Amino acid sequence: MADTLERTKKDFTSDQEPRWCPGCGDYAILAAVQSFMPELGVAPENTVFISGIGCSGRFTYYMDTYGFHGIHGRAPALATGVATANPDLAVWVVTGDGDALSIGGNHLIHALRRNVNLKILMFNNQIYGLTKGQYSPTSEVGKVTKSTPFGSVDRPFDPVALALGAAATFVARTIDNDRKHLTEVLRQAAEHPGAAFVEIYQNCNVFNDGAFDLLRDKTDGPHNQIRLVHGEPIVFDGGTRCVRLAANGRLEIADVSDTDPAQIITHDVHGPPSLAFTLAHLSQGPTEPTCIGVFREVQRATYGEAVHDQIARARERSGDGDLEALLTGGDTWTV
Amino acid sequence: MSTTVEERERVVVRFAGDSGDGMQLTGDRFTNATALLGNDLATLPDFPAEIRAPAGTVHGVSAFQIQFASTDVTTPGDHADVLVAMNPAALKADLATVARGGTLILNEDAFQQRNLDKAGYDADPRTDGSLDGYQVYSVPMTSITVRAVEPVGVGKKEAERAKNMFALGLVSWMYDRPTAPTLEWLERKFGSKPEIMDANVAAFNAGYNFGETTELFAHRVEVKAAPAEPGTYRNVAGAQSLAWGLIAASRASGLPLFYASYPITPASDLLHELSRHKHFGVITVQAEDEIAAANMALGAAFTGQLAVTGTSGPGLDLKAETIGLAVITELPMLIVDVQRAGPSTGMPTKTEQGDLLAAMFGRHGESPIPIVAASSPAGCFEVALDAARVAIRYRTPVIVLSDSFLQNSSEPWRLPDVSAIEGIEPHFAEPNGAAFHPYARNEDGARPWAVPGTPGLQHRIGGLEREDVTGAISYDAENHERMTDLRREKVAGIAASLPPLEVDDPTGDADLLVLGWGSTAGSIRAAIRRARDGGEKVAHAHLRWLNPMPVNTGDVVRRYRRVLIPEINEGQLALLIRARFLVDARSFTRVQGRPMWADELDDAIEEALRG
Repeated sequence: MADTLERTKKDFTSDQEPRWCPGCGDYAILAAVQSFMPELGVAPENTVFISGIGCSGRFTYYMDTYGFHGIHGRAPALATGVATANPDLAVWVVTGDGDALSIGGNHLIHALRRNVNLKILMFNNQIYGLTKGQYSPTSEVGKVTKSTPFGSVDRPFDPVALALGAAATFVARTIDNDRKHLTEVLRQAAEHPGAAFVEIYQNCNVFNDGAFDLLRDKTDGPHNQIRLVHGEPIVFDGGTRCVRLAANGRLEIADVSDTDPAQIITHDVHGPPSLAFTLAHLSQGPTEPTCIGVFREVQRATYGEAVHDQIARARERSGDGDLEALLTGGDTWTV
Repeated sequence: MSTTVEERERVVVRFAGDSGDGMQLTGDRFTNATALLGNDLATLPDFPAEIRAPAGTVHGVSAFQIQFASTDVTTPGDHADVLVAMNPAALKADLATVARGGTLILNEDAFQQRNLDKAGYDADPRTDGSLDGYQVYSVPMTSITVRAVEPVGVGKKEAERAKNMFALGLVSWMYDRPTAPTLEWLERKFGSKPEIMDANVAAFNAGYNFGETTELFAHRVEVKAAPAEPGTYRNVAGAQSLAWGLIAASRASGLPLFYASYPITPASDLLHELSRHKHFGVITVQAEDEIAAANMALGAAFTGQLAVTGTSGPGLDLKAETIGLAVITELPMLIVDVQRAGPSTGMPTKTEQGDLLAAMFGRHGESPIPIVAASSPAGCFEVALDAARVAIRYRTPVIVLSDSFLQNSSEPWRLPDVSAIEGIEPHFAEPNGAAFHPYARNEDGARPWAVPGTPGLQHRIGGLEREDVTGAISYDAENHERMTDLRREKVAGIAASLPPLEVDDPTGDADLLVLGWGSTAGSIRAAIRRARDGGEKVAHAHLRWLNPMPVNTGDVVRRYRRVLIPEINEGQLALLIRARFLVDARSFTRVQGRPMWADELDDAIEEALRG
C-alpha cells in the first residue's frame, strides 16, 4: 500500500472550500490531517475517507481522496464494507460524539470488536452542532441546551473507556489545537494495523465554547494535560504531579514530592486493558487533569485479513469454485 | 393377499409430527426419491416459529407437503390426499388440510390419553366419529420401529427417534418409490455413526416391509414419470437457487460477491447457503444489525464488488434509509427481501406478498428503485442474474422480492448451461486525462463507477443532493428538480431493456386476464388450466419486473374486458395497476400466511367471468 512518491498537502486537498463556522476546531484538525497524509506514503487514490452526519461529516469533501459521506451514525458500517471488500485501501472514518456514540453507537463498538482496519477520528465537542445546539451523549450532566432548558439528567459516556470496553486494539485521545500532539497521535493510529479509535477534543465555539479550556488553554493546559507516553512514568504539571497507585489498586493524582517514586505508574500501552481503563476514569470529562495520548495499542488480526484468509484457505482446500459442479452437486437425474 | 396397483395422475402427501420428529427430513427424502423417479413435483415445508414448542402440542407441529404427478405440477397442492400424523396434535393441526375422503395414516402408539389431552382432544378422534369419511390406517409405528431396531442395540430413545424412517418406508412402499436413494443417503449421512445408520435403515426397511406384508393396505398407487424437456435435473429450493444465482452473477461479471446480512427468518437461509461457498471468493458478513448489513454492502459496492444484502420484512424497514443512500449515490447493489407475513414481527415463518408497496415507496423523498420478483423456487436463479445485470448496467440498487414460500419450497430444475450465461460487463471508469465527472451520464442515464484504487478518479459521493454532472454538493432548486427527474427517468428507462410482458392466451380472445406477480404463479396456472378444461377462456400474464413494468404492460391490461389480480396481500399490485393504467382491475386477496390455493382461485375466476 505504501510507496515512496513525493507528495504534498496539496495532493490531499480537494477544490472544495471548507464551510465550518469561523473559529471551529475542525479547521485545525483538517489542516493537520492534510499536512501529515503525505508522510504516510499512501497515494490519495488508495485512501478513502468516510463520514456520517454532523459537522464532522463534511470532512470527507475537503480531502482529495475517495470519499463517502454516509447517513447518520453508519459510517463505521459503511467503512467496514469498504475495508473488508478491499483490504489494500487505507480507510479513515470521521465522526462526532452524536454520530458515533448516539445514533451510531452499535456500529462503533462492533467495528472496534471486529478490529476492522479503520482509523476512526471522533471529534468530540460535547454538543450537537449541526442541529444547532442540543446536548450530546458526551455532555456533562446538567447541561443546559435548547432541548434541556432545565439541564440534562443523563450521564455521559467516556469515549475512551467505551472503546476500551469494546476491545479496541488502539485507543487514543488528543486535542484539536495541539498540532504536534494531534499529528503524532494520528501518525501512530495510521501505523496501527487494525481499528484505531482516536477521540479528538474539539472546540465548538458557537454552541459549546470553552468546553475543553482546562486542557486547551495556553495557561491552564500544561497544568492539566496528563500526557501518556509508553514506558515512562506518568507525571505532569511540569513534573510536579503524578499518577500513583492508591489503596485497593486504584489510581490517584498526587504531588510527586509526596510520592515514593516506586508508586508512580509507568504507562504501558501493550498490557491488559485494565490500566488504560483506570486511566480513562481518572477524570470526569475535562473538568480536572485528564489523560491524553495513546491509552492502548495491541496487535490482533484484522477483520479483513481474517475474512480473506478464510477464502484463501477454502480455495486451497476445494480449489476455485466451479459453478457447474455447484449446480450438479447432489442428486441429479437426466431425461 | 396380493395388492393391486392403481395408477394416478397426481397425489398430495403431507407428513406431520412434532417439531422433534424429523418431518422436514422425512419429506425431503421422500421428495428426493420422487424427483429421481421423474415425477414433476412441488413442496411446502410448514413449520412452527418456536424452535421446540412443548412436545405433543398443536403449536409444535411441523409438516411437510408434496404434490407429485405424471403431468405438470405448479403448486404443492391445496389439499392432501394422504396425511401421515405422528401424534394426535399433528392430526388435530392438519386434518383440515386433508381432502374429504382422503387417507390418514396415524401412529397408533402416540394416541394415548396424555397425548390426546396435550393436543386438546376431549375424546379420541379415532372413535368419536370425527374421522368418518376418511380412510384411517392406525399403525403402531413407534413399537414396530423399536422392535425392528432392537438387534442394532441402540438405546430406546434412539430407536424411537427412527420412527420417521418407518413412516418414510411405509409411504415409499405405498407410492412405489425407489428405496436405494434413501438407503444411500442414510449411509452418507450417518456413515460416522454406524449404529445410528443401522437403526435408521432397519426402521426404513421395517416400514417398507410393513406395507408389503400386512394386509392393511389394499392397493398401492403408481404415479408415472412426468414428461419433461431433455436435460439434467435436480430438485432445488428457492433459497439455494437464489444464492447460486448470485454466485453465477458474480462469475458472469467477474465481480467478487459480497453478502452482508443480519439473521432473520426466513432470509437467514441465504446467508447460510452463501457462507458455505467461500471458495467462490464469496465474502459473507453477519452484521451487527440490518442497517449495518445494508451499509456494509453499500461500502462494498463503492469498492466495485457485487454487493448484496438480504433480509425479510422488518429488516427492509430498517434498511430503508440506506437504500435511499444507494439511490442518491447511484451505486449497484441488490437488496433481497424474503417476504413474510404481517406488519411488525407478524408471523415470521409464514408467507405473504405484503412488501411490494414498501419496496416501491418505503423511503422518504422521491426515491425510485427497480424491483424484480421471483415466481418459482428454481426461477430465483435467473431473477438473481437479471437483478445483478440491471443493477450493474444502470448503477442502481435493485430490490429482489422473494417470499417464505418460494424460499422453502422446492421443485425440479432443469439445470442451465453455465457456459451460456451471458457476461455482465461492469465497465469501471478509467482515467482518460480529462477532468472526472462522477455524475456525468451515459445513454442509459447511468453514471460512471469509479472504484477506490483508480488513480486520478478520486471523488466524493454521499447522501447530499449532487450537482448534475460534476457531483458537487448542490442546494440549487432547478438542479434538485433535474436530478430528481434524472433518477426517475433512469429507472423508468430500464423498461426498454426488459422483454415484453408475455400473455398466455391460447385462443387470443379471452374475456378475462389474470395478472399476477411472485409466488402465486403456480396456483394461478393450475386454476387457469382447470378453467380452460371447463371450456372457459382465461388469459394469464405474470409480472417479473414490478418497477419498471415492461413497456407493453398498459396495452396488455387494457386489452382485456376484465382483469383479475390475485395477491397474498390486500391488493398492492392492483393499486399500482389501477393508478398507473386507469383500468378497473379487480383484486382477489388472501392473507392467511400460506400460499394461495388453486381452488380458491377457481371460484375467483368463475366469479370474475360471470360478474
